[in-house]
Amino acid sequence: MALDNKIDNQDKPSIQDMIAKKKNGKNLTSITEKVIPVLLFLIAAVSIFTTIGIVYTLLIETIEFFKRVPVMDFFTGTALKPLSQNPEFGVLPLINGTIISSIIAMLVAGPIGIMTAVFLSEYASERVRRTLKPMLEILAGIPTIVYGFFAFTFVTPLIREVFPSVEATNILSPGLVMGVMIIPMIASLSEDAMTSVPNAMREGALALGATKLEVTFRVVIPAALSGIIASFVLGISRAIGETMIVTIASGSSKNFTFDITQSMQTMTAYIVEVSGGEAPAGSTIYFSLYAVAMTLFVFTLLMNLLARYVSRKFREEY
Amino acid sequence: MATLTKPNIKVKRQVISEEEATSEVAATTKQNVHKKTVYDTKDLNLWYGDTHALKDINLSIYEKEVTAIIGPSGCGKSTYLKTLNRMVELVPSVKTSGVITYKDKSILDKSFKVEDLRTKVGMVFQKPNPFPKSIYENIAYGPKIHGIRNKKILDEIVEKSLRGASIWDEVKDRLKENAYGLSGGQQQRICIARCLAIEPDVILMDEPTSALDPKSTLRVEELIQELKKDYSIVIVTHNMQQAARISDRTAFFLNGEVVEYDETDKIFTNPSDNRTEDYISGRFG
Ligand SMILES: Nc1ncnc2c1ncn2[C@@H]1O[C@H](COP(=O)(O)OP(=O)(O)OP(=O)(O)O)[C@@H](O)[C@H]1O
Ligand SMILES: [Mg+2]
Repeated sequence: MALDNKIDNQDKPSIQDMIAKKKNGKNLTSITEKVIPVLLFLIAAVSIFTTIGIVYTLLIETIEFFKRVPVMDFFTGTALKPLSQNPEFGVLPLINGTIISSIIAMLVAGPIGIMTAVFLSEYASERVRRTLKPMLEILAGIPTIVYGFFAFTFVTPLIREVFPSVEATNILSPGLVMGVMIIPMIASLSEDAMTSVPNAMREGALALGATKLEVTFRVVIPAALSGIIASFVLGISRAIGETMIVTIASGSSKNFTFDITQSMQTMTAYIVEVSGGEAPAGSTIYFSLYAVAMTLFVFTLLMNLLARYVSRKFREEY
Repeated sequence: MATLTKPNIKVKRQVISEEEATSEVAATTKQNVHKKTVYDTKDLNLWYGDTHALKDINLSIYEKEVTAIIGPSGCGKSTYLKTLNRMVELVPSVKTSGVITYKDKSILDKSFKVEDLRTKVGMVFQKPNPFPKSIYENIAYGPKIHGIRNKKILDEIVEKSLRGASIWDEVKDRLKENAYGLSGGQQQRICIARCLAIEPDVILMDEPTSALDPKSTLRVEELIQELKKDYSIVIVTHNMQQAARISDRTAFFLNGEVVEYDETDKIFTNPSDNRTEDYISGRFG
């Protein structure tokens, strides 16, 4: 009633009048309506062009590198001696170091991350979840240099206490610590994927006499699988790209070995070492940076493509 | 006679049910007076925290009958249904008192294994909720978690259940496809088939047709009539005509109490409580 009165009241404009007024003054609106999308496009274009620029530079310098070092030597060489009298530029030791450290990290982060996610999404009470999740986020917020330092000054000595034969710099310790670093990412993304599985599905299974464990492992996890796989792949990408921890705790020996108690170098750590001052621009070492960076880039790109393919293949629509 | 052991005795059960079928004829003729009950509810009270949702419920569910539960929204129909397979316990604040016996076993006891109960008592939900898996896997899920691995037996169960839910012809060529590619009505019959796959004794249905169009509704209703031969069915519905059409007995719930519980004909033609009459006639309006 009161509202009716107000609208009928001659002093006050009716709502339709107000709308008409707004419409008449729409010149400005129509300009912003046109300008904003263009602006947004330009902003979006910045990142696209940056990416193209980076890939272009990588490519040019990599081609320059391959003019000096044969492609086959690079990809099949097991010796990396950039500073020696007769330099050799085999990338395999670096690829090996990268893969091994990532595997160690994922062996830690995968199971622990997914178990944490299962606990948080299926078993934890609301209160426990509310305390644990922020703690995970704190873990995710620790700078990687701190993890590196932790690996070198705490984890390695601890390992050497038990297994004295382990070297002071080795790939095992940074691999493990990297795994710890990745746990929050996998746990949190997998938990999101599991919590978004509708409750109706859990109920459907429970009503068939399934136990909680059967519901979790045979309904919830399969339904959330694409999200879980995505979290794994992101974790692997993170491990492949991780730099500080391995640089600090794994030393710079360019060993080509599968012995995880030894020092190895990853692609990222190599780039840190070489760009740390020993590479005069234009030298072969300098160009090798780009070739390694390009390889790293292709690696992560492949990982992402794989992630897409696998998560589409395993997707359970609901 | 049907024991609460896991269904590795499935084959044996089939034999038994044939025996049952023969003695059944005799039973129906002579036992119309006092039929066997599957569920007996005595003085059941249920609280969600401070909300007193069910008050002093006394009800018996009879074997191989369709029992309809009607009543206005919020009167506790779903709550009662979910108490019968203890799904209501998924709400942490739930407290109950009183006794429900299922085939003479007191099921509200904490010591009673709820998985065993739910293996005997299937449930169909208001919104179809198939698993995001293939049609085949949906049906095979129940038997699989109860330990049936043999591919041939599973194939048979899947076909039998889908036929039982009268959806076999519609899906037999697409068993490997995701169940979410089906229409709502088909999904609901998949859910019924999923329930049949573990050969329960009782099927609880919470407004199973409320999300379906009239034609699918009719199919599900016909299906319920079919299933009645082998299963005891409890169905919650807001649709008076549906209750009148398909049920043998009807319970009218109001504010958490059972106002009237009688044979469906009696309830709909000659209710003894005014409130029942008001509710029913209001609906028919
Ligand atoms: N999870 C819950 N937590 C708290 N209260 C609940 C919960 N579920 C139901 N209730 C309450 O219990 C009472 C009965 O609810 P119930 O869902 O059984 O009603 P219903 O008869 O099935 O209604 P409808 O016809 O709308 O489905 C209502 O007052 C409702 O608010
Ligand atoms: Mg309800």
